[in-house]
Amino acid sequence: MNARKKRRLAFAAALLTAGVAVAGVVVYGLGQNTMYFRSPTDVAAKQVGEGTAFRLGGLVEKGSVQHGAGAEVRFRVTDGKSTVNADFNGVLPALFREGQGVVATGAMDGRGTFIASEVLAKHDEKYMPPEVVEALKRSGRWKEGAE
Amino acid sequence: MTGELGQLALCFALALALVMTAAGLAGTRPDAAAARRVATSSAMGMLVFVGLAFAVLTYAFIVSDFSVVAVADHSHTLKPLVYKISGVWGNHEGSMLLWVLVLSLYAALVAALQRGGERLTSGALGVQGLLAAAFLLFILFTSNPFFRLDPAPFEGAGLNPLLQDPGLAMHPPMLYVGYVGLSASFSYAAAALLVGEAGWARAARPFMLIAWIALTCGIALGSWWAYYVLGWGGFWGWDPVENASLMPWLIATALLHSALATEKSGAFRTWSLLLAIAGFSMSLIGTFLVRSGVLSSVHAFASDPTRGFFIMVLIALAIGGALALFAWRAPTLQGGAAFDPASRETALLLNNVFLVAACACVFVGTLYPLVLDALNGTKISVGPPYYALTFAPIFFALLLLVPFGPRLGWRRSDLKAAWRSLYPALGLAAVAALAVLAIVSPRGLAATGAFAVAGWLIGASLLDIRKRKGARASAFAAALAHAGLGVTLMGVAGTTAWRSEALTVLAPGQTMTVGPYTLRFDGVTREQGPNYIADRAHIALMDGARVSTMLLPEHRFYPAEGQDMNDTAIHTTGLRDLYLALGDDRGGGRFALRAYVSPLAPLIWLGGLVMALGGFLSLWGRLRAPAAEPKAAAQALAAE
Repeated sequence: MNARKKRRLAFAAALLTAGVAVAGVVVYGLGQNTMYFRSPTDVAAKQVGEGTAFRLGGLVEKGSVQHGAGAEVRFRVTDGKSTVNADFNGVLPALFREGQGVVATGAMDGRGTFIASEVLAKHDEKYMPPEVVEALKRSGRWKEGAE
Repeated sequence: MTGELGQLALCFALALALVMTAAGLAGTRPDAAAARRVATSSAMGMLVFVGLAFAVLTYAFIVSDFSVVAVADHSHTLKPLVYKISGVWGNHEGSMLLWVLVLSLYAALVAALQRGGERLTSGALGVQGLLAAAFLLFILFTSNPFFRLDPAPFEGAGLNPLLQDPGLAMHPPMLYVGYVGLSASFSYAAAALLVGEAGWARAARPFMLIAWIALTCGIALGSWWAYYVLGWGGFWGWDPVENASLMPWLIATALLHSALATEKSGAFRTWSLLLAIAGFSMSLIGTFLVRSGVLSSVHAFASDPTRGFFIMVLIALAIGGALALFAWRAPTLQGGAAFDPASRETALLLNNVFLVAACACVFVGTLYPLVLDALNGTKISVGPPYYALTFAPIFFALLLLVPFGPRLGWRRSDLKAAWRSLYPALGLAAVAALAVLAIVSPRGLAATGAFAVAGWLIGASLLDIRKRKGARASAFAAALAHAGLGVTLMGVAGTTAWRSEALTVLAPGQTMTVGPYTLRFDGVTREQGPNYIADRAHIALMDGARVSTMLLPEHRFYPAEGQDMNDTAIHTTGLRDLYLALGDDRGGGRFALRAYVSPLAPLIWLGGLVMALGGFLSLWGRLRAPAAEPKAAAQALAAE
């Protein structure tokens, strides 16, 4: 019985150590790998650090999409208050449209342009990324039920 | 008229669910045979009425009865028949009805198979009835699929084109069979706590297996769909919605292993009960995350806050109630049996520790952004690097240990002998690693390690299959499932390490190369589909100057829904995929084209299939075996 208790104690200690180790890695991992969502106004106000990855959301400004010779494309993301230039080298999603919601992952370069590594567009006509809705609400350009 | 029939059927089903709850719980008393009979027949009756309601809704979708709101909002006369039917569960109301239908199916199956003691089965039916009643109330009060629309519109709003896909038509029913299948082991566990009866692990095993098989297939289907529909060439994005299906799978896998120990040697009695509760809790949380609109995705149907609130209360009651029952009753159960550190129990313990830790990492990564948003409105997202740092090493360590389990005996065993018997598998691992280093460039530590582990897993499984010829189906089944893991691992490692990508804008007649392939762009034609218009690119896969295959990626526009979608073209050799997605129109006949070459990609899903096959084999062996406790195990338990 005593040996059994000892063994149980050893098990418990091993489990505890493993648990603490996992928790440590999880906390570290979250600290290193979370990306913040920013609206164009945030970008303008907070001066997001150059090279820090974040997600930019808003509307693709009407008339702002310009294609290069290859796959590169340039557009502006707006929340009605501020606007950010974005560069992307890739195939845009099928639902990418001027005047509609977009969320892009990437970072700012030194000249105030957002270099997107991934561009997501909303899934369908009725759906708007909640982050974009939030951004529009904060800039006062959101109308309930107007989507 | 039909809509009202469905409504009436749901009300009857609710009444029967309540009867089943009362009778089932009353039937846990030893002398209440009459109550047990009532519980059994009400389980059958509930299935009939829920089935009727579901059939009525399906009929409304097939004949495009737009006086029903759910049909008007999510269907269209021009939609092909198969998508009219899959549209039944392509919306919130219908998908909840499907959920309850599957729940009723499991209740009827529990009643029909009568596995375990009669008091245990009765208790399980009672709990299952309670769950069914809760979800039926949810449907009737917040998500009634039979609400009428007056006047009925002339045409429906259509179904999200992303969902109009054969893979996705099957994906929700499959996942639901898995999600809800965990309700059966949940009910059995709760009943075991109520009546204090051992043997629930054996009684509930077929249900755990069905749930696990369905989850495996459902996840594989979902990942395959994401691969060929979303057009970015990836198979898993650590999206919260994907995580919501992975978490129950991880817990179900842990439960399968832990319940085996409980059944065979009496170890981990309380732990298995807790896992059974946790498994279904993960299903409920998954449903909540996916359906409530908390997460923004193609899956989020309900953005109505009452629904989210109702589901949240339901989850809190189910999980809280079960945990309270556990806290109250678990201490009265006998303690687990003792075992030596070198035993199969230890292997299964480690399996559980790793799986639960892996699940915890996914859980935190999925919920952290939601919690942070709720606390202070900060919007963040947790990306793949987090999972590479946390989930991957834990799962890798687990895979390293997998081959030991089947070679260790219960209670006390010889670790050295097990290790020695694995030498050939070690050899195969070394060969796999060296082959990767010798043949493939670029060389990478992760890919080499992954192939070594895959060789290790598959080698050990082959040894198991060879050594145990004529042995029980269960050993063979475990070997298959473990080998499937190895196959999937090779696929994941291969695509992750060696995928090549090309992105170009092409004018007709121009060529591009990607990996070993040369592609010629032959222009785009306008095609008319049944309910869409497509820009179809004609891409010739060249073999020297000869055209070996034509690939036809499309960009579709669905006028009814006003939406766009990509249809990728995939040319596979079985070991390598060439993947093409048509990009946007750049004017003058020029189009952007994205091409990927994904080595070993098909192995990802093949491995899932092999795993599921292992599950099927085990299930088959189980259903042929008598449902009662075998003598040897019963004696072993008595000897304690």
